[in-house]
Amino acid sequence: MAPAMRPGDAAFAAVEHVNAELFTLTYGAIVRQLLTDFEEVEQVNKQLDAMGYNIGIRLIDDFLAKSNVTRCSEFRETADVIAKVGFKMLLGVTATVSNWNNDSTECSLILEENPLVDFVELPETCQGLHYCNILCGVIRGALEMVSMRTEVKWVRDMLRGDDAYEMRLKMLDQIPEAYPYKDDE
Amino acid sequence: MATVRTRMRCLYVFNRNGICLHYHVWLRPLITLSAQQDQKLLFGLLYSLKSFAAKVDPLSTGKENLSFQQPPGQGCSFHSFRTNTYKLSLLETPSGIKFILVTDPRMGDLRDAMKYIYNIYVEYVVKNPLYEPGQPFRCELFNSTLDQYVKTLE
Repeated sequence: MAPAMRPGDAAFAAVEHVNAELFTLTYGAIVRQLLTDFEEVEQVNKQLDAMGYNIGIRLIDDFLAKSNVTRCSEFRETADVIAKVGFKMLLGVTATVSNWNNDSTECSLILEENPLVDFVELPETCQGLHYCNILCGVIRGALEMVSMRTEVKWVRDMLRGDDAYEMRLKMLDQIPEAYPYKDDE
Repeated sequence: MATVRTRMRCLYVFNRNGICLHYHVWLRPLITLSAQQDQKLLFGLLYSLKSFAAKVDPLSTGKENLSFQQPPGQGCSFHSFRTNTYKLSLLETPSGIKFILVTDPRMGDLRDAMKYIYNIYVEYVVKNPLYEPGQPFRCELFNSTLDQYVKTLE
């Protein structure tokens, strides 16, 4: 009898795969183009976050349909699902969750390997750039579609000399479901 | 003259804001309301049914009042009801998308079928670069894939 696959592995096997190098080089070309278009590094960071947000609001349905996860009852579970199932299914790597704060509303997602940054070196002119900022936007957009408002930012970045990739994920509030129609009819 | 023998009646797709993203009909001989009223009525019904079902849940803690709304997919949720003339099945995703399938009352459990329809929606609508989330959609590929799948359920 085959050993039980972890849910991330099952989800990873279920989706179509794209060549990793094609993905990395395409992303690199996008960042390069944004740098040429906007010139200011802060603007590029914002654009990457906005693009990530637009991806995230659509990606959530793809993720929910393919991975069959049920609704998470608390933020700890959400962070675990993102790290173990989400990252595994969509990027092929797992992240680890750590550094919880006392309320369980903030945590860190740590990536040992990051397929977006293969072959990348940041030149001196772009030292303020968060190269993988798109990931922050994706997580923020996806979580907003499941009623959670969050703030996601990079804390450690290997392209800037740190030893790992660390994102700080903070839940701001839960958006309650409201009856959408006005009571006039 | 060929008679249409189909057990599927219609499919509605709503988002969390009550906007009907899609309405697909196979067999519906009696229509009494305008499309907009019909969709609003159905959405309102399901909204109320959800809170009602959660409230009468024998396993719940009973701390919520009737107007308390759980986030989609959490806690007790109903998935179908049956009358003598039709069966209505509901799939609600954690992202707030609701799929409602109205079928012949003799159909069995349609939860897996609804999951498959959710996958069809993701493939042809969500991944479509021309689709604006939150807007009603009309996609030929979605319609034809859905029709083909539904034939296998008959």
